[in-house]
Amino acid sequence: MFALIFKRLALGLVTIWLVSALIFLGVEALPGDACTAVLERDAHGEALEKCREIMGLNAPALTRYMSWAASALQGDFGISANGQESISELVGYRVRNSFLLAAGALSVGIPLSIFLGTVAGLRRDTWVDILFSTGAILAMTIPEFVAATILILVFAIWLGWVPAIVLTPADAQPLEFFPEFILAAVVLTMLMVAHIMRMMRSSVIDAMASDYVQMATLKGVPYWRIVFRHALPNALLPAINIIALTVAWLLGGVVVVEVVFNYPGLGRLLVDSISGRDLPVVQAITLIVAATYVAINLIADILSLALNPRLRSHHMRRG
Amino acid sequence: MSGPPLLDIRKLCIGFRGRSGRILPVLHEVDLTVCRGESLGIVGESGSGKSTLALAAMGYLRHGLVRLSGEVIYNGSDTFALSAQELSKVRGGQLGLIPQNSGQALTPTLRIGKQINEALRLHCDLPESTYAARALDLLTQVRLPDPQAILRRYPHELSGGQQQRVAIAMALAGEPDALLLDEPTTGLDVTTQAHILDLLRDLARARNMAMVYVSHDLGVIARVCDRVQVLYAGETVLTGPTRSVLSHPAHPYARGLLASIPRLGDSTLPRALEGRPPGPETARVGCAFAPRCAMATETCQTTRPLMVPGAADQMTRCHYPDQVARMRAGHAGAALTCCSADSPLTLSLDSLAICYERPGFFARLTGQPAPPATVDGITLDLRRGETLGLVGESGSGKSTILKSIAGLLAPAKGRISLGDGTALPSLAEDRRPDQLRRIQMIFQNPDDSLNPRQTVGEILAQPLRLYFGLKDHALRDRAAELLETVRLGAHYLDRRPGQLSGGEKQRVAVARAFAAGPDIVLCDEITSALDVSVQAAVLELLNDLKGLHGTAFVFVSHDLTVVRALSDRVAVLYQGRICEMGPAAAVYAQPSHPYTEALLGAVLEPDPDQVSRLLAEDAVELSPPARGCPFQRRCPVKRGTVCETDAPPAQEAGDGHVIHCHIPLDELRGLGQQAQNS
Repeated sequence: MFALIFKRLALGLVTIWLVSALIFLGVEALPGDACTAVLERDAHGEALEKCREIMGLNAPALTRYMSWAASALQGDFGISANGQESISELVGYRVRNSFLLAAGALSVGIPLSIFLGTVAGLRRDTWVDILFSTGAILAMTIPEFVAATILILVFAIWLGWVPAIVLTPADAQPLEFFPEFILAAVVLTMLMVAHIMRMMRSSVIDAMASDYVQMATLKGVPYWRIVFRHALPNALLPAINIIALTVAWLLGGVVVVEVVFNYPGLGRLLVDSISGRDLPVVQAITLIVAATYVAINLIADILSLALNPRLRSHHMRRG
Repeated sequence: MSGPPLLDIRKLCIGFRGRSGRILPVLHEVDLTVCRGESLGIVGESGSGKSTLALAAMGYLRHGLVRLSGEVIYNGSDTFALSAQELSKVRGGQLGLIPQNSGQALTPTLRIGKQINEALRLHCDLPESTYAARALDLLTQVRLPDPQAILRRYPHELSGGQQQRVAIAMALAGEPDALLLDEPTTGLDVTTQAHILDLLRDLARARNMAMVYVSHDLGVIARVCDRVQVLYAGETVLTGPTRSVLSHPAHPYARGLLASIPRLGDSTLPRALEGRPPGPETARVGCAFAPRCAMATETCQTTRPLMVPGAADQMTRCHYPDQVARMRAGHAGAALTCCSADSPLTLSLDSLAICYERPGFFARLTGQPAPPATVDGITLDLRRGETLGLVGESGSGKSTILKSIAGLLAPAKGRISLGDGTALPSLAEDRRPDQLRRIQMIFQNPDDSLNPRQTVGEILAQPLRLYFGLKDHALRDRAAELLETVRLGAHYLDRRPGQLSGGEKQRVAVARAFAAGPDIVLCDEITSALDVSVQAAVLELLNDLKGLHGTAFVFVSHDLTVVRALSDRVAVLYQGRICEMGPAAAVYAQPSHPYTEALLGAVLEPDPDQVSRLLAEDAVELSPPARGCPFQRRCPVKRGTVCETDAPPAQEAGDGHVIHCHIPLDELRGLGQQAQNS
């Protein structure tokens, strides 16, 4: 079991390393470099040469990659090309903000989707199931910018319950975001609930139709005990991977929603840096997102191991 | 067996709503009674409604089924009228269930101890502190070794036999008056099956429990039941004492069913029961069995027969019970087409060894010895038109050998060569089309081996196009011709596998194998998913094809009687090594290897006088021993350390019959006779 986790961890580290190399190569392949970006129109002749000298851009690519990777490992991503501020600091706040938004959406979304999916699965083909399932498909198919716009129109403009967009600066205290980020979190919840709920519904249906649930029924186990002790632990297993993907997607910054609500998260920073040709920041964000995906998937693997004894043991039965 | 019946089912009708919206019945006015201490067998083929009936006895209907009329009285009260609370007292308490496949019926995420505790908490009035001791006691009663350790295990960490014993222990936790057993031993190895049935019979006697066995296997019923009830297409067609039903069945269906079961002592093929039972959508006019009955008359087509007394205490649903009694008793089926001894060689395996587990990187680094090969030392020849049976329990490596011949699994050592002596590349992708064409395989489950989205025509067209370049009309004609040879008409060409019955699907799989015009056909448990009557038909078909084309078969099965019926030669495998090989008649006679003896002793035949002999433990071994005889750990007649250290010598018993054992042939013969007499 520990060997398995170790293997996954090693594989994850290799993935991150490969991603870092790919990012670096990709940025290398683009025309221009940090100096042309900083100097803009003055990027020619002596000024350019001098700038390159200062930034160490004349060194061979491998050397530059090594030094970039080495400082990235220590959490130092250098300074941004526009504005000349520390990327670690810049990105650090954005990561926290994206995390805040994700936490808000997940803390409501995961329990809600598991609950809705379970109820729909248990009440299969009744009006409850049809209502929930249709609602889920609707929420899934409406593009997030449409949903966001409608929500802003209804709750911020007509009803005036919550602010329409976020005006708090990126480095504010977490609590200061409070009433402002609610609408953004609601839109994200709508998007994620549908996926997890549909997965949960079908795995609950499978579990309830399984031989072990029939056996438990015929053992005289009361209905709710069957649901909670026998069916749900097994039904959760396939849902874990979907949940992990959702979490990783949220933590990686949800570009459209952040842009619509003007939320200072990682996704918006990425868009801004790309349009501003701020390559060091793009590199840093991409690497962080890759690391997040790897970490979340590792956690999902460990959770699956904890919930599924079949993955844990080596005494496999022979067919 | 006196007093009022414990379980009394009266005129029970169960159905489901079909696609047309009409209610389609699956059980028609079925009556059933069982008294305390009595054991009743419910026999029927798939779709006969036997499992539905057993589950209905617990007041349980599968999703989509509804009770149309009739009642189920258990211990004086109607189970369908009970409240959910009362029902959960009955279920698992007074009335226990042993499921067909305990591997799937035990919740995978809960430890065995927890699942048994749950049953105790629900149905036992004792204080919670006594549960641990009670659980241990239950596991001991079902003869599980090391019960303390089993309690901490998860279901998947147990073997099939152990899982079944845990399910029995769980049913016993509620101190039941009656047990319902839904195919309790289907899917287990023969030796395990015999042990489990013995255990169940002893438990029933000791506790004076009523038992209702649901099974398709008349051998199981013969061994454990006092009375038999035969279901056909959702209705009872015959009831009576086991002995009388098995020796003089008073219904033509039961007669046909018995004739279709292959026997150990019979070298002829079993006789197939043609046709198939009517589905629930067929309107019931007349006798349900009439279309398949040899003695059906006008009356049978138009008037529904009632249950009438037949010979020897039986009740039969037949218009002509006297004529059934006069029918000739099971005349022998077709004789096996034998190959002549001088037929040319078509396939030979030379000291084949197959390993599943390659030693890991660290194991090689630290110089650990490699684990013993899964399959080792397989040397055998196959002649044109010959059928070689491979038998053994699960894990004996029989399917592994087939996969290796088919090129799906590369052997670690050894050589596979065709009749002309050319060595075959070990993997199918390296073989030439002509080499591939000569070896074809038929799989166990046609549901998995036929593409459900292709029509039968498309399935058959693939090999015809690939190997013979046939097109258009020629292709379609040849496909239709192939269907004729497997006794399905050309009108099957446009159907899809989902529209066919199990037997028809397996015939399509046979036709596909023969479309390539193969020299060798590998059959992997091809009849184990089929009903016995259908199995007999497939065996007949293979025998005909063998006579027609001179094809050689390698026939893998865990069922010794099926292998006996079809094979010229038999190889008995244990832990991937050959224990004994020779002409079928010689292997099934004396002298034989102690393992063959144990297997034969555990075979259950539909003969009430047969006593099974349990010679070997049913323990499951995970890997073959590194040295000595593969069977050393379970052998009842082991001879000291020589069995542990030296590979057993190959002893010739004449006519190509070889036994790998340290015990001299004469002594083996004596041991076999002793075992049979005891």
